[in-house]
Amino acid sequence: MSDTLGTDTADGRQSQGTPRAGDAAVSAPPAPPRAAAHRRGRARMRLEIAVLSAPAIITFLAFVIFPVALAAYYGFYRWKGYGDPTDWVGLNNYKLILTDPAFHDVLWHNGLILVLSLVIQGPLAIVLALLLNQRIRGRSTIRVLIFVPYIISEVIVGTGWSLMLQSNGAVNDLLRSIGLGSLETDWIADPDLAIWTLMVIITWKYIGFAVILMLAGLQSIPDELFEAAQIDGASYWQIQRRITLPLLGPTIRIWAFLSIIGSLQLFDLVYIIWGQYVSGTAGTSTMAIYMLAQGRNAGNYGYGSAVAVVMFLISLGVALLYQRFVLRRDLKGAVTEGTV
Amino acid sequence: MSATTATSRMSSTTEPKPSAGRRGNRDRPQKWGSPITYFVALLFVGVCVAPVLFIVLGGFRTNSQITTEPAALPSPWVVGNYLDVLKSTMFWGEFANSLVVAVASTVGIVVLGLMVSFVIARYDFRFKGAMYSLFAAGLMFPMVVAITPLYLVIKDLGLVDNLLGVIIPQIAFGLPVTVIILVPFLRAIPNEIEEAAAIDGMSRLGFFFRMVVPLSLPGVVTVGILGFVGSWNNYILPLYILNSQANYTLPLGVQVFSSQYSTDTAKVLAFTSLAMLPALVFFSVFEKRIVGGLTGAVKG
Repeated sequence: MSDTLGTDTADGRQSQGTPRAGDAAVSAPPAPPRAAAHRRGRARMRLEIAVLSAPAIITFLAFVIFPVALAAYYGFYRWKGYGDPTDWVGLNNYKLILTDPAFHDVLWHNGLILVLSLVIQGPLAIVLALLLNQRIRGRSTIRVLIFVPYIISEVIVGTGWSLMLQSNGAVNDLLRSIGLGSLETDWIADPDLAIWTLMVIITWKYIGFAVILMLAGLQSIPDELFEAAQIDGASYWQIQRRITLPLLGPTIRIWAFLSIIGSLQLFDLVYIIWGQYVSGTAGTSTMAIYMLAQGRNAGNYGYGSAVAVVMFLISLGVALLYQRFVLRRDLKGAVTEGTV
Repeated sequence: MSATTATSRMSSTTEPKPSAGRRGNRDRPQKWGSPITYFVALLFVGVCVAPVLFIVLGGFRTNSQITTEPAALPSPWVVGNYLDVLKSTMFWGEFANSLVVAVASTVGIVVLGLMVSFVIARYDFRFKGAMYSLFAAGLMFPMVVAITPLYLVIKDLGLVDNLLGVIIPQIAFGLPVTVIILVPFLRAIPNEIEEAAAIDGMSRLGFFFRMVVPLSLPGVVTVGILGFVGSWNNYILPLYILNSQANYTLPLGVQVFSSQYSTDTAKVLAFTSLAMLPALVFFSVFEKRIVGGLTGAVKG
């Protein structure tokens, strides 16, 4: 993604210097005073660039890039967070992480959540978007309402759902009242069920976002294509399969990217509903929870930093692989479809 | 005069959909779709809204109502839980903290983001592409990954348990999205305007303040809303940084309140509903912009 965006910027307005600088360049024999003015113009431009961009770049480097670099440094130490780290342990922290069965568990959970999110939300969002893209009354109201779960904070979603899912909560009560009392169970603590409970909540929280994205993607497909296909006698399903899905491809792939990164970072929901300890026994703990529990809460900042580095590398690796192998196709697709 | 043409041109490039929609509506008269469509749409909306209603309505019930029949409407309706929360200084203290943090973060994100986006969009220099890639790469690293070392940096700066320790990192992490959204926006301002401004003797900075800031307002609003809602809902950063109840923001407050008063379910539900209200109101007022901004950001 950043590749395309980067080139986009680079070949942007090349010809656009300050107007004064341009003047000086055009008047062919540059008289000495003009050249001085030119130089002054360049200097002034440099100053403006520095003044305007420095605050953002310094803040970004200091609070986004620097902490990640710092984690790489602390990760080599056994360190409790007081004074300077002195107890150099080399790669020992990483060895411990990679051989810790608890870390294998959380890694597995993150992977499962990642795959299930894609498999459940993707098709569901596409179907719902196709449905809502028809001309129906109250479409804009529907669009607002399905976006509500996405706009509410994870803490509130977690608090509400954990109250509903208690063994004497609303969900079990509802099941009883519609005669499905036999399904009543402990949705949160049961290790066989907990991950599916989590998937239901995740789907509920994020499906609106996916549907809104897909709807936007659908609306950018020109109507003429559908009309032409209809005239040619294509059936509804043929149109969806041959026109809608391929043209929706870029939107789907970008949604999937956001979903993957989100799955790898999942923290708030699990921490609120299950907490540090129950999430371990119920099988819903994630890497971020492992990092909090083993790092800050246990006072092992060296180890916690090493976990941060592992998470960072996994996210980076997945993001780069995805860009390399999946998002790259968007460029090709755009070119070939553009020429047809 | 040229300013108005610029706005219209910009809005037509950033939001091509409404015109397409209008054309579609003109070609075909509004008609009702199939009943199945409505049924599925209603079901979907119901599933999305029901848990939220559970929280809001639960606040109007008593604990004994909730215990005997967890999934039922309030009967009778009681407002005591909401009044209790609205009368508590704790709620308003946390509300004020959330507001201060959200407003300060939003202002910071918009001001810093607009300045650096202006440079990337409208100046020519060697590191322009690198600068853009730097921020674009930042999109891939949400706060969770950097939170442990970030906490250590904040600690070294002496900003633990200080609202500034939440505000500054939120600005830093808000910048990537801001730059991605604003740069195309600022590039869409026609060169002619800048040239005209230069001929009239306006400096580049004058152009920035008098022309760019007003012309980019729609993009700024989008970025501001994303920043505000993101800050209002942020949990992990306040969890790491803020220790004392006096400094808690609402998400932290909701979590602490719900574990402190775990037996008083009705009051927890009232507290929770009141905590989500501002974000919901904010969202429903600016809904078009949020949705438009998100899709715009994704299309890059």
